[in-house]
Amino acid sequence: MIGIDVSEALKTVFYPLHQELGAQFTTFAGYDMPLRYPMGALDEHLHTRTAAGLFDVSHMGQIFLSAPDGVPAVMAALEALVPVDLLALKPGRQRYGLFTTPDGGVIDDLMVANLGDRVYMVVNAGCKAADMAHLQAHLQGVEFALHERALLALQGPKAVEALASLAPEVANMKFMDVREMTVGGADVIVARAGYTGEDGFEISLDNADAEAFARKLLAHEAVAPIGLVARDTLRLEAGLSLYGHELGLDMTPIESGIGWAINKARRAGGARQGGFPGAARILDEMANGAKRMLVAVTGETRAPVREGAQVFARAEGGEAIGHVTSGGFGPSLGGPCALALVDAGHDAERYYAEVRGRRLAMNRATLPFTPHNYAR
Amino acid sequence: MRYTDDHEWIKADGDAFTIGITNHAQEALGDIVFVELPAVGDSFSKGDVMATVESVKAASDIYAPFDGEITAANEALADEPGTVNAAPTAGGWFVKMTATDTSQLDALLDQAAYDALID
Repeated sequence: MIGIDVSEALKTVFYPLHQELGAQFTTFAGYDMPLRYPMGALDEHLHTRTAAGLFDVSHMGQIFLSAPDGVPAVMAALEALVPVDLLALKPGRQRYGLFTTPDGGVIDDLMVANLGDRVYMVVNAGCKAADMAHLQAHLQGVEFALHERALLALQGPKAVEALASLAPEVANMKFMDVREMTVGGADVIVARAGYTGEDGFEISLDNADAEAFARKLLAHEAVAPIGLVARDTLRLEAGLSLYGHELGLDMTPIESGIGWAINKARRAGGARQGGFPGAARILDEMANGAKRMLVAVTGETRAPVREGAQVFARAEGGEAIGHVTSGGFGPSLGGPCALALVDAGHDAERYYAEVRGRRLAMNRATLPFTPHNYAR
Repeated sequence: MRYTDDHEWIKADGDAFTIGITNHAQEALGDIVFVELPAVGDSFSKGDVMATVESVKAASDIYAPFDGEITAANEALADEPGTVNAAPTAGGWFVKMTATDTSQLDALLDQAAYDALID
């Protein structure tokens, strides 16, 4: 064999900047991504909750869609794949959505934005190829392409102050607003949204403009770079689903606890009820309940409960009734928190998670574990 | 001070040995949020999991560096697990342990060998 490493990880445009900032790297969805910076994951998490954190999320997929008859035609076509009221999505707004399978599973979760003259979609890094194949197989009359662009997330209570120092107009955007604008000569797409439960923005821009833009944000006193460890603890505390954990081909959106994402118009009795893959099963589960349900739990001790831990109804004996889908230590919560997929017949206030052969008592909690702080 | 290739340090302390994780290990693990320690009187064989250290990101096992019995556990880590990050070879010690087969100590790394391992 020739000594070529075909498995070498991809790098985002920010890789040299991450190196300069002292990042420790990990491979995530095929990309070399910053795991954490010298500040450390715990302080990165807390910094994002109290000031502003800058995340490189350029590994995510950015898809632009258009049609000769304009955005309404794109949205109408997408509604056949996504159980969301996309026809009601106004220019300058975005919504959370899903690609579902005929048996009610989830191919990916995503954001869909109406940019007025075209549609912009952000999908998970690990699902890019499957999403594109899905669109190619099932989306009729729409042109679409995955663009190699940079994507930054600026999150935290001081995110608006930091971004407004470069682009004052972002200050009057509301949660889930999307705008195209020119900032310091760079054309950017700004969405007031994120994945931390905090106020903040996601900023899409050409790779050529990316590093200079990131440096301007990092120059603001409130902004620090944040790695993937803190990104995960922030989203877990915020109760936000992660594909491959709380969402997947083998779980329905109802089991995943995101029935709220299916808008009224697409539900039973709605103006355009059903009409998406898996509608029969998903709408039936909305009416009659699903076999499994996602529950939120917190620990009584400091011991974290991790993904994969078996969950039991009792402290001793009995079969496992489910498993932890995501779990860890919540730095803002100051203790362990976890999400678990359990049999719906076991709706209880207390569960037991098996950690190193012992069953730890876990108390039912409501999501989010830490309050959301969106600019509604 | 001696070392294992699992990044533990061992220091003689009277009839027993104090054991912890190295500075290199705590840097690699990141912020430590929980340490599960054995009870005084527990016995382990070399290579047994005798403790677990949890960082924000993941859980890691700590192995017994030789056969022996636990004579003390650092209970202060229950409330202040971050001491392992702040002072891994001082206040962040894990356990004190006897060595029932002192010939196993010969397999431990000296400073130069450990420095070469992490270089």
